[in-house]
Order: sequence, then C-alpha cells, then structure tokens
Amino acid sequence: MTSFSAIGADREATKEEFTPGVEPQPTWCPGCGDFAVLKALKGAMPDVGRTPEEVLLVTGIGCSGKLSSYFESYGYHSIHGRALPVARAAKLANPGLEVVAAGGDGDGYGIGGNHFMHTARENHDMTYIVFNNEIFGLTKGQTSPTSPKGHKSKTQPSGSAKAPVRPLSLALASGASYIARTAATNPRQAQEILAEAVEHDGFAHIDFLTQCPTWNKDAKEYVPYTDIQQDDEFEFDISNRKEAGEAMYEAETRLAEGEVLTGRFYERERPSYGEEKRATGEMPDDPLAERYFEDGDWERTADSLLDRHT
Amino acid sequence: MIDSSLMWRIAGGSGDGIDSTSQNFAKALMRAGLNVFTHRHYPSRIRGGHTYVEVRAADEPVQSRGDGFNFLLSLGDSFARNPQDEAYYGTEQVKPLVEQFDDLNEGGVILYDSGLLESEMVAETDLEERAAENNWHVYPMNLREIARDHGREVMRNTAGVGATAALLGMDTSYFESLIREAMSGDIMDANLAVLEEAYEQAAALDTDHDLRVPTGEHDSQQAMLSGSNAIAYAALDSGCRFISGYPMTPWTDVFTIMSQNLPRFGGIAEQVEDEIAAAALAIGAAHTGVKAMSGSSGGGFALMSEPLGLAEMTETPIVLVEAMRAGPSTGMPTKTEQGDLEHVLYTSQGDSCRVVVAPGNLREAYDQTRDVFRLAYDYQLPGIVLYDQKLGGEMRSVSTEFFDREPAPDPGSVISEDELADAAHDAAGKYMRYDTNGTDGVVPRSVPGQEGGRFLATGNESMEVGHISEDPDNRTAQMDRRLEKLDAIREELAEADHQTLYGPAEATHGILTWGSNQDTVFEAVDRLRADGYDVHAMGVSDLMPYPKEEVAGFLSGVEECLVVEMNATAQFRGLTQKELGRFGSTMSSLLKYDGETFEPGEIVEGFESNIDGQEPAGNVRLATGD
Repeated sequence: MTSFSAIGADREATKEEFTPGVEPQPTWCPGCGDFAVLKALKGAMPDVGRTPEEVLLVTGIGCSGKLSSYFESYGYHSIHGRALPVARAAKLANPGLEVVAAGGDGDGYGIGGNHFMHTARENHDMTYIVFNNEIFGLTKGQTSPTSPKGHKSKTQPSGSAKAPVRPLSLALASGASYIARTAATNPRQAQEILAEAVEHDGFAHIDFLTQCPTWNKDAKEYVPYTDIQQDDEFEFDISNRKEAGEAMYEAETRLAEGEVLTGRFYERERPSYGEEKRATGEMPDDPLAERYFEDGDWERTADSLLDRHT
Repeated sequence: MIDSSLMWRIAGGSGDGIDSTSQNFAKALMRAGLNVFTHRHYPSRIRGGHTYVEVRAADEPVQSRGDGFNFLLSLGDSFARNPQDEAYYGTEQVKPLVEQFDDLNEGGVILYDSGLLESEMVAETDLEERAAENNWHVYPMNLREIARDHGREVMRNTAGVGATAALLGMDTSYFESLIREAMSGDIMDANLAVLEEAYEQAAALDTDHDLRVPTGEHDSQQAMLSGSNAIAYAALDSGCRFISGYPMTPWTDVFTIMSQNLPRFGGIAEQVEDEIAAAALAIGAAHTGVKAMSGSSGGGFALMSEPLGLAEMTETPIVLVEAMRAGPSTGMPTKTEQGDLEHVLYTSQGDSCRVVVAPGNLREAYDQTRDVFRLAYDYQLPGIVLYDQKLGGEMRSVSTEFFDREPAPDPGSVISEDELADAAHDAAGKYMRYDTNGTDGVVPRSVPGQEGGRFLATGNESMEVGHISEDPDNRTAQMDRRLEKLDAIREELAEADHQTLYGPAEATHGILTWGSNQDTVFEAVDRLRADGYDVHAMGVSDLMPYPKEEVAGFLSGVEECLVVEMNATAQFRGLTQKELGRFGSTMSSLLKYDGETFEPGEIVEGFESNIDGQEPAGNVRLATGD
C-alpha cells in the first residue's frame, strides 16, 4: 500500500485536468510564446498517461517561472536559477514522481548555468524546459545570455559585445541524453517533443523558442521554421554525438542569422543518475519518501556506529 | 574541580600521523578509566606545516583543554622540505619542538625524537636555556632508530607512545589492544615490537620528573567522539536520510561522517556543484517528504542565503549546520572563531524566521541537534545548528548509555491522504496548504504524489493554495502566521532548557557565554570561586528565538557580567542588548579572535583584569558595554 496513491494511478487524465479551474489567469502579454509552452505541456502529459498529482513542476523566476501557476499539478516556484537542484533532489527522494523543471534562458543559461551543466552531467531522469526568448522579459528587456551579439538594451546601450550562449551544444557537452529545440510557433512539434522528453529515461533538455512580442520579436520572426528531421539538408544520426554536435552548431549559428531550425538533435540512452547511484549501493531501491509514511524499523546509531568509538 | 590532569601534546609535521596517534593515545587513557578531552591544531595544508594535538586526561570530568600542557612528545617534522635552509619559514624540521615551548608549563616533560632532531640541530635552539629556567625534564630518544630496527620508520609515533607510557608509569596493555584491533599480520607485529622496545628503553632512562598518569575508574562503558560525530549521529537518529553538500573546512567532518554512513542507513548523500545547489537540494528532498539536511562553513553558508530564505517562505523544513572558522572571507580556514553569529541569524532578504541553536559541548551537540530537527519539521522552517572548529574537532569521552536513544524519524507536520480527503480545498481542488488559520501558525503540508494534496509552493508571497498575491491583507496575515511559529517555538525551547547555569543559583558576578566556550568558562568559574570570587555562569545555546526570560533573569541577579565570546565585535553581547533592551552597563566583553580557543586561565585573568580595570595579557581583549 503506497502512501502516494497518485503515483502510477491507473486512470487516464484529460488535458483539462491540467488547467486550473479558477484563477489565476495567465499574466503573460498577448502574443507571448509562453502560452505555447503551457499548452504543449498540458497536451503532452495526458499523451503519456500522467495525472496532475504525480507531476512536480519546479520553476525558476521570470515570466517563464509563472508556468507553475497556470499548470495544475504539484508546483514549486523556486528562486532565480535554482529550479534544477530543487527538482533533481525531488526525483532522488521519490523517483516515482514525474519531475519537470522549467525556466527562462537567463535562469537556465545565465544565473543557473552551473546547475544546468551538472544536472545534465548527472543525467537525472527529468525534463527541463528552457523558455528561450533571447531577452530578459519581466525585468523589461535587458540583454540575456542568448541575445544576439550587438543586441542593444538599456543595460547594453552600445550593443552586446558577447556572442550568445550555445544552449544545445552546452547540453551535449555536459551530458544531457535527450536534446531538442522547438518553437512556440510550432505547437504540434512542441507537444510531441515534450511527450518524448517526459518519456525519456534521463535528462531531457528542450530549448523552447518563445517570442517576446513586447521586447524583441513577435511570432512571425520564428516563421518559417525548419524541422531538421524533415529537411534534406540535415541528414544526421541523432544518436551520434559528433553528427548531433555539428547539427546543433549549425542551428545555433543560423538562429543568430534569423533562420529557425527545430527538431530532435540528440537522443541516446544511458543509465539515469538514479540507476547509477543504486548500482553503487548509494541509493535505496524503494522510494526514500515512502519510508516516512509507513511503519518500519529505523536504524539507531547506538547499534551500529558506537562500537568504533569505545 | 580539576586539580591535576595529564596534558599531553604530540607535535609533528602534517602527515606524521599525529591525529591518529593522538586518538589512540586518548582512547587508551579512556579505556584505562580516565576522562579525556582532545584539542586539535592543524594548518591548512595537505602535507607539511606543523600540527599538534593535545590530550587532557583526568579522574574527574574534563571540561576544556586546560592551561598550557605538561608533557611534550615532539616527533619533529619528517616532511620538512628545506631542513637545512633558513628559508622564510625558518628551520621547519625542528619547529614541532621549539614552537611548543611557549605553552609548556613549568616542570613539564619533553620527549623528542633525536633520530630526526639531531643534537647539532637542537643545540642551535634555546632548549637548554629555557629548560633550565622552567625546570623542564628533557629526554631525547632515538625513536627513529627504534622504529627502523623493529619495524618501519613511519612507526616513530608508536615508539613515541611506548616511551611516553614508560615515562608516565602507564600500562602498555591498552595500547597493545588498540594495535591488535586496528592492524594485522606483519604490520601489527612490527608495531607491537616497536612499542615494547621504546617502552623498555625509556623505562631504563635515568629520570627526575614527578609527572605520572592519573588513575581512575569508569562506572559505565565509555565512547570517545567529536562534536561532529555527535551532530551527525543526532541527525541519523532524527531520521535524516538525505544530505547534500560541498566540502569546506571544518564542516567537511559532518558531511563526511554522514556520507559514509547514509547508504547503510538507507539514505542518500549528494556532493554537488556548490553550496547554492546543496541548500536547494535539501529543500527539494524535504519538500518531497524526506528529512534532509545540508551545511557548510561561513563562506559556503553565505551562498546558501537565498535558498535559506526560500525555505522560510515556502515553509520547507530543512536543517543546516554551520561550522564557523576565522573570517572574514577565507580568513584562517583551520582556526576557530564565533564570528558568524550575526551572519547566520540574519542572512537572506526579509525578516528572519528560523531556529538557531549553538550547542555548548558534545552532549548538547547531540541533544540539541535532535531538538533542531524536531522543531524544523514540526514547524516547517529552517533549523540551524551553529558550531565551530573547536566543538566540531574536539573529542571527549562520554558514557555509551548517553546514546542509547530511540530514533525520531517522524516527518513532523504532514497530512496523510486520508486526512486530505476531509481537508479544505479551493474550488479547483487545490489543498489549502497555506491557510491562515493554522495552529501556532502551522498548517500540515501535503507531499507531492499524494492524492488530493496538490498546491503551489512559491518564494513569492502567496494565497492559501499558493497563488502569488500582493494583496496587503493577505500579506500581513501570512507574515503574522509564519512569525507566530517562533512564539510557539520559544515556549518549546524554554521547556527544552538549553541554557546551562553553572555555580550557585545566586552570585554577585556573572559570566555569560554562548556555544562552544561554555565548559571552558565553567572550569574558570571553579577556579575563580576557589580564589574567593562570588561568581556563577550561564552558557546560552538558543539564539533564535532568543531566550529572553532566562538571560534577563541571570543578568538581573548580578552586579556585573562578563560576556565571553570568540569574535572581535562582541556579537552576542550586542544581540543580548538588542533582545533585552537593557543591561548595557552591566555587561563587559572578554573577546578572543586570534584563531585559538580560550584557555580557562585566560578567562580567570580576564575576569580579574576587568574587576581591577587592567588590560589582560596575550591575545584577549576587554571591551565595555557603555
């Protein structure tokens, strides 16, 4: 008898169950790409058979961080850049949970960049959605880590002297085992990719292009987009890291030139962190969280640790 | 009161086995029936640099390292890289001998390894002159040769212990058993041979000292543990099964003990990329239903500031431990201080809502860490155990019966799925996790995965189900509710009785201290009373919520009070004045911030200097409250 009966519940959920029944209504601007992420996530969860109370959605700070307010599940709206460390511990504590982390490009590639690198490296079985709008939106339009070189803003009045971060390449080098890019303007692909990411057993990173009509561009600038799986120019094996790396480099370079390449860039099975840790005997087989809600004996230091001190 | 004790100091290079030898020495004395206490002094280097450990042993309970020491075993520094060059650091090899002279008491004994510290080298020092002045008894012995002839050169420390035993009239059987328990085969045989040979050679020496090892007997089986052991074991016995951290001296000890033991206790230890992640992981695990902890020393704890505030706002129970070392910045990594009090009380934006407790000794470290876990999980807030390099590193003997406790794995204020079925939800079916009508401010939390428990935890101010809100009435109600928890905790802490009064119930003079100085102060009180002063003392552990009644009661009863702490700006005295709003002219401070712990004699002298209006000698400072 589990104490967490929502986990693995034998029932189908509908898309509507992931929509809060009452306030709050999203405060995103009209035409914001964030709506597309919300919609795709609501669509993907029923597609892969998840129900709201087995999902923990951990978000960062910014417009993207409000995703957890508009998506009906357990939510943890954390602090700027720190969604990943909160999320990955939740997964270790109760591996039965479907853990999704989400945040913006400043959140994930800037202030939280160190956590992004290490969470990908450890290959936690979770999904990480980065709302990449190439700008700091909520703080009113400052240059972000993915803003193109030369981007002018109030904090970079002469134009940014920095080349943007290459998020896909960074994820690959760090160890993510599923890497994709999709766009708000491509809702069908976005929902499919999110469903694949949730199903993937390892760290799935999605760079989600979300236009910010208020500060940098509106949706039409992400159209036309190219799905690299459908384009003859890009025939590559997504399980081959060298070929994947080249495709990513191309996609990142062309985005700065105004060409939008989306799709799956890399997918390769490797043991998740939980599996690796269980293999070394450093993680219990049963969910740790369960133990606190069930009857059972607890070890005492007096029985096992005191002898060495006598 | 202690009137005679052995204060044995072993000194050598880092890497000469000083630490393990001293632990075995102390354990042997404990098994022989004595109470023991150790004090570690080490540099921030892997190898090279000099280290010493003192072992104090007596028939009565030992409260502190004591004043100076009375037996030196100097092994010299076998790792010295430039023994012949008078480089910037001088002659390294002989420093573990000469650098000990200032602390060695009159009539003390020196045993040194003349195999490493050759006679020409020693002749260049002022040993002969100072030995004559101080009536020291000096015994050079070629420990290196004994070790080489009967085992291996690295067994010089075993030879030193064997010779010590002979010079102090000790039975070597306890050392022999320890060697047999820890080793086997040729290594064991060689060590036993070295021990015996050194003992016999030393026993044959022509000696003229009176110092002998005290004799005693224990009523119950004893164990020797460090403060770090006590904190970690209390965490395990509280059902903590998750730790996340990043190495930093001196917190690393607790992190290491937990990491080594958690897997076999069915738990998880995570070494992560930085302390921001460390604190955030503990939050993630605790939110998901596991009892979790993290910790660091000052610099790493600074990185935990923002997650700490997140735990306060989302009411996620976590326990953090902070092992202070001398700051600011990197400061002196292996030296002790109590400079992080204000840092730990107030760091992170907004009003603090946390429990902070600083145990005074090994037993309190265990008891109070358990209390901090209980309060953190019952009241859903961060609990912090504030200690320092001194308490974390010093070992003491204690009855094993003390640890014979039942585990307390209760996850605190958590709702079950059955209870959730009847609990208040909003129209959309979200659980009212932050209902403003909690008891003592506490609303039982649901845990992700529970049917009927979904809610949003957020670092923003929020409504009952977690929706972000800037409504002024809601804001005020939520702040009041969260802070109300501290009132209830204050009452629970009053019952837990963490403040320790020492001496008679009434006295004209008081000494107030906090954290790890406590027992050193108590030893000083014994001596001051023996000298005729009417003085008693209080050791304070609770820092937030502050124990206003107990401390005000203590201060009201004395004419003058000396506040003893290891920092330069009298942080605890300032806190006391702020919390009580009076007693400014009653209190003066005795401060030490040179990286070393107080010796009881320094407190005695500081107390007398304060009364006489004199400046105390050495690296202690008096500061008045006016």
